[in-house]
Amino acid sequence: MVDVLIIGGGVCGCSLLYRLSRYKLNVVLVEKENDVSLGTTKANSAIVHAGYDPEPGTKMARYNVEGNAQMEKLCQDLDVPYLRTGSLVLAFDGEQMQVVDTLFHRGRQNGVPGLQVLTPKEIREMEPNVSDQVKSALYAPTAAVISPWELAIAQAETAVKNGAQVKLNCPVTAMEKTEEGFRVTAGGEVISARFVVNAAGVDCDRVHNMLCPPSYTVYPSKGQYYLLDKSQGDLVKHVIFQCPSSQGKGVLVAPTVHGNLLVGPNAEPAEKGDVGTTAEGMDFVREKAALSVSGINYRDSIRNFAGLRANTDQEDFLVGETEVPGFFQIAGIKSPGLTSAPAIAEDMVRMLGEAGLPLQEKENFDGTRKVTRFKKLSHEERARKIQENPLYGKIVCRCETITEGEIVDALHRPLPPCSVDGVKRRCGSGMGRCQGGFCGPRVQEIIARELGVPQTQVMQDREGMYIITGETKQGGKNQ
Amino acid sequence: MSGTERQTKYDVIVVGGGPAGLAAALEAKETGAEKVLILERNHELGGILNQCIHNGFGLHHFKEELTGPEYAGRFISRLPGSGIEVMADTMVLEITPDKTVHAMNSRDGYMQLTASAIVLTMGCRERTRGAIAIPGDRPAGIFTAGAAQLYVNVEGYMVGRRVLILGSGDIGLIMARRMTLEGAKVLGCVELMPYSNGLNRNIVQCLNDYNIPLYLSHTITNIQGDKRVEKVTVSKVDENRRPIPGTEMEFECDTVLLSVGLIPENELSRQAGIRMDRRTNGPEVYENMETSIPGVFASGNVVHVHDLVDFVTAESQRAGKAAALFALHGETPPGEEILVENGACVNYTVPQKIRPENVGKFVEIFFRVNFVYRDVVIRVTSGEEVLASYKREHMAPGEMEKIVLPKALLEKARDGKIRVSVEKEAQAE
Repeated sequence: MVDVLIIGGGVCGCSLLYRLSRYKLNVVLVEKENDVSLGTTKANSAIVHAGYDPEPGTKMARYNVEGNAQMEKLCQDLDVPYLRTGSLVLAFDGEQMQVVDTLFHRGRQNGVPGLQVLTPKEIREMEPNVSDQVKSALYAPTAAVISPWELAIAQAETAVKNGAQVKLNCPVTAMEKTEEGFRVTAGGEVISARFVVNAAGVDCDRVHNMLCPPSYTVYPSKGQYYLLDKSQGDLVKHVIFQCPSSQGKGVLVAPTVHGNLLVGPNAEPAEKGDVGTTAEGMDFVREKAALSVSGINYRDSIRNFAGLRANTDQEDFLVGETEVPGFFQIAGIKSPGLTSAPAIAEDMVRMLGEAGLPLQEKENFDGTRKVTRFKKLSHEERARKIQENPLYGKIVCRCETITEGEIVDALHRPLPPCSVDGVKRRCGSGMGRCQGGFCGPRVQEIIARELGVPQTQVMQDREGMYIITGETKQGGKNQ
Repeated sequence: MSGTERQTKYDVIVVGGGPAGLAAALEAKETGAEKVLILERNHELGGILNQCIHNGFGLHHFKEELTGPEYAGRFISRLPGSGIEVMADTMVLEITPDKTVHAMNSRDGYMQLTASAIVLTMGCRERTRGAIAIPGDRPAGIFTAGAAQLYVNVEGYMVGRRVLILGSGDIGLIMARRMTLEGAKVLGCVELMPYSNGLNRNIVQCLNDYNIPLYLSHTITNIQGDKRVEKVTVSKVDENRRPIPGTEMEFECDTVLLSVGLIPENELSRQAGIRMDRRTNGPEVYENMETSIPGVFASGNVVHVHDLVDFVTAESQRAGKAAALFALHGETPPGEEILVENGACVNYTVPQKIRPENVGKFVEIFFRVNFVYRDVVIRVTSGEEVLASYKREHMAPGEMEKIVLPKALLEKARDGKIRVSVEKEAQAE
């Protein structure tokens, strides 16, 4: 009997798994894909929001501010890239200046520290590349950028290290209430669980309706982005927002925690699963971004992508117990979901405890993680590292300076990746300007070798995303 | 400093062991440089030639047709006994203006090597889907042509069954034929421009001979597929290269190969503070391939993308020789500099600057035009004066052009500038 079954390996599910792994419990997370973080978690703005956007009194406001406060320490503990950049919300006319004032007061009410309204001169001093049309801006020093998928992966890995289980390729197809809890069919397996937490992201309504009468619907909203080369990465130092509207937080221009520049997103209704980009969407993003920041060189674009916001017909996040006792949900998690994830997880643990889950701490819990990032080491440390393990002397990804040692490490940590992009999310290989053109085949080969599978079976990303169709006529590597 | 760090002084360090690096190193050695080192990031020397198993290499340099590996082999076979040191599987991470090269490998660890002269021969990389923002889904099955070539020719794996190629650069054309020979169906080659950027011989031998259609003035406007590419939409484009609604064609395929341009790989050069030319994406160079940092030279595709390896060899021999002379005799004394300007129809020139004192009997100027032209004249002018004219029946962006300027002409340059332009023959007469 599983104590808690979490459905969905996005940042919310993984945060909860991590929190629960410190207790003497049998905790399992089921994920329908072949890796965690493959939904909205891998395709979003990667911002740790300060917390001035949500209406005071909402769950969103509370979790946002709490999550922001927890994030830096959490990232330190788990060795997840995090950079406190601060953010600016720009106003270009009188109406927007009022919005900035409103956000300022709302932020104060929400308990956001350090907010300031800046003059054009102060803004330009902070950000010389911001449009000279700017009239005022809200400065929030606590905003940050982060690697969202690494936050999810690090928490899942650390949870597994502490005894939690992650079952991949395990889509939930049926659930029923039983005497002691629930019977959940996932990936052909039946799992009995005392408590179930639905953290299925864009699919949360489908999972909800397996046990409850429909009470909300997800209307995914797609956002498209440009990711630019590191040559553009220092164009701005802060996250640059425009004034929010009913469409969302608008198009932002932000440095990424990996040193690139992120531009986007737009907002458009989309079907579940549709993460394609469109010419119109990309045009819109460029056009809007130009209002904030001049001189973005799209010739240095290295990737476009799109992600889905799990918007529902409800205003607030849906966090708590459903009408079926023991069936909890973390649903309708749109922005600021990433920021909120640690706080939601904490609150969910409390709620589960109140519902009767015994929260007895493990004596030997280790909630930290340390990974080697060769690129970040000093010359001396690099020399030492190579001496210790010659695989650190082999650069596999030349654009991002990722060594074979780091890739092999990732493949032998708890919850190892099985795809080229799985390695990319853990190590950063293929994230650079050649987008894996040079290192893709090498990474594929290393995965095959380390996991003992044929190279032809190593996918680009999700199951079915095959790279190789077969051998050449005189194929085979050892001819 | 750790014990594994080597502190060795070289006369010439060559960064990259492809065709450019091989020619530069051999020439540096022959010119008299004593300690010459090639740093190569791959396991083997030869660079991209190793995956170019088709023939057509060496017609200029060796007066015979060789495959890529054979062409590289001609140089690699001269290394044993030459005294040239080679470190393979070695990545250069940083080059400082004082000519320290930070490099690493599994065997020697992290090294800081110093050199009297450095030759940069890192080559180029391919533009990707992200660089040209092709809309659509993000399934597997989208490869740069060179990545596909590596899989097929080196790894022995096929990467698709029904293939559409975007871009008619040479690698794309070569891969159209290669995939066909390996049993794939190549549905077409789609080119945004009204002309191909590949060599004419490749259009004939790789597309026409296999009845593969070339769609000029077309581009991919959508890619569909959840897991693997399933369908690709191709549209005709107008004169501003914008897709024309209503012209969509759909191709059912599982693979898209991209041959949409090459970018010189200059992260090391930029970080060393070398002055770059925005038009070539490579370092600005003098007549002897010296960059803005004295003693740092560059040649081959890292300077400008070549279409024939034979010219890479010639250019790199020039760089290697100059690097050796620098190591032996020191810096070129400051003297007159002539700036080579780009006139009408010219996209870039290499070299960008000429020091007449350094020129022997003549200097070669390489350039590319910005469109396809017929019956034109290349003019070299300075101020109002026409210094030289060269007739051409056909010029195209895909074909690198070369003119040879006698030293005497350089002496006529005024205000330290000459200009290369292309004009219609009628206007010229």
